[in-house]
Amino acid sequence: MQKEDPGLYDYWPYKDRPKLEWPNGARVALWVAPNIEFYELDPPSNPKRTPWPRPTPAILPYAQRDYGNRAGHWRMMEVMDRCGVRGSVSLNVALCEHHPELIEECVKRDWEFYSHGIYNTRYCYDMDEGQERAIIEDAIATVKKHTGQMIAGWLAPALTHTERTMDLLAEYGLLYTCDLFCDDQPQPVNVKDGRFISIPYSLEMNDIIVYNVNAQAPRRYADMLKANFDQLYAEGAESGTVMCIPLHAYAVGQPHRIQPFAEALEYITGHDDVWVTTGREIAQWYLEHHYDAAAADIAKYQGA
Amino acid sequence: MTLPDDYLKYPKRGYGMDHDRYKWSILQKRPKITWPNGARIALWVVPALEFFPLNQPAQPFKAPGGMVTPYPDLRHYTLRDYGNRVGVFRVFGLLDKLGIKASVAVNSKIAQRYPLLIEEINARGWELIANGVDMGKLHYGGQDEAAEKALVQEALRVLREASGQPVTGWLSPAKSQSDNTLDLVAAEGISYVCDWINDDMPYEMSTKHGAIHSMPHAFEIDDQTIMGNYHHSEQQFVDQVCDQFDVLYRETETQGGRIMALTIHPWMSGQPHRIKFLEAALSHIMGHDGVWSATGAEILASFKGQA
Repeated sequence: MQKEDPGLYDYWPYKDRPKLEWPNGARVALWVAPNIEFYELDPPSNPKRTPWPRPTPAILPYAQRDYGNRAGHWRMMEVMDRCGVRGSVSLNVALCEHHPELIEECVKRDWEFYSHGIYNTRYCYDMDEGQERAIIEDAIATVKKHTGQMIAGWLAPALTHTERTMDLLAEYGLLYTCDLFCDDQPQPVNVKDGRFISIPYSLEMNDIIVYNVNAQAPRRYADMLKANFDQLYAEGAESGTVMCIPLHAYAVGQPHRIQPFAEALEYITGHDDVWVTTGREIAQWYLEHHYDAAAADIAKYQGA
Repeated sequence: MTLPDDYLKYPKRGYGMDHDRYKWSILQKRPKITWPNGARIALWVVPALEFFPLNQPAQPFKAPGGMVTPYPDLRHYTLRDYGNRVGVFRVFGLLDKLGIKASVAVNSKIAQRYPLLIEEINARGWELIANGVDMGKLHYGGQDEAAEKALVQEALRVLREASGQPVTGWLSPAKSQSDNTLDLVAAEGISYVCDWINDDMPYEMSTKHGAIHSMPHAFEIDDQTIMGNYHHSEQQFVDQVCDQFDVLYRETETQGGRIMALTIHPWMSGQPHRIKFLEAALSHIMGHDGVWSATGAEILASFKGQA
């Protein structure tokens, strides 16, 4: 039966929370999350969602996404290198097999890898528990084999979920989800067993949402990034905030978009009190230093 | 209800692409290309002369830019036909003024209905690219192969007869292809296609009739995409074209010659309030040293001479 509320977190007002302190007194934890994706030309059908808007072969949207791996990734990576930013890669893990050269470049730079499913054209809707376990185990094993890392985070493939996803992720030892967009700070997630958190992954700052869904121009995106940062930086003087910039090389890595983005990232990383970090490092810090106080504070608001 | 177990099988999961049409390759890792006379940028301007029929079918979908309201949609029919009557002369005149050569993508129906436009192209020594029969006759997955072959042959026969040109470039209406399109156009003497938007440079594609090339026809900075789909302003269009050029131009310092492609729809950019913005964008490009204005066939010939 469908529920009114996902039940994954409790209401927890932004005002009067326990102070969040980042390493070295930073005000904002900045993490940049490139989505490195593989979309199949001829994916299987899913009863809840049609992968492509045109009949197979949908070469236009397929090639548009392939651009990111062939051309855009390098441009995006060079800008991040210049700004001293390590990526936290939201990875369709089959890409490790299709395009290992890209993975090697990210490994060389000590980037983090977390799972964004197997392909971005395979959806979790209607998966049974065994199937969902299989894709989590596949993601863990594939990333381990190609990068040596145990994945800590999860962004559901093409943002497709089941009601049991978070419980399973916690059971397999993952630390964080990127699928909850309701806060500018990390928060505990209600799971069956163990401790599991959400860290902000901003859809509002997501390049695809800004450029392709909301149809905004590249220079406008740069203005939005700076404004988002300025506010979080100001509020971070009181209590730490998180800024996430989710990227897609097929979007931001286009020649007409990369320069305004580069200027925005240079502006943001040019500030002193910014912790330029990864999703895993934010999650580990929060779990170690803030989770218990947060859980206790949230409890104050429940069932009063 | 659960998914079949096949949903978790991945038969194409392995090195490279999940099809055999082209090889996986990273742009920045390829050998550098040098253009004639040491040019840094090959400028490839592609105006599109399109015929959107009033009775445009949705087979299997309506090409973007086509009819919207119930038949007879005079509104969109005439807005598109504006490009062929008025806008085209503003655009061609601007290209003449700036000394820019073009490859013009033409529906064969245009050659039959408005033969004067073919004369305008030939008089300038420009290239003609085949853009299918018209914007209501798409190539698409599941299409009968014989029917699609007839469309390819009709478009090329009409355009070659009308222009006297060899016509070696192909652009599918709405950039839509079937699984057979590449094989069918290669069989008819096409040497490059403009439908794939996954690269900034040409690359080889395999067909049943030998290798042809993909050329990086512009989509993301196309006037229709930016001002039509995204509703960005004319100035924002100029900003994006100039930013695109500046980045490609800078990359040539370390990565060899690049191609700056620009698609122009006369029904969009040829409007009185837009033409001066197109002029601003093109003037920015032509104001740089090392810009080689060329046709797709010329750019590809230079590229193939080095590959």
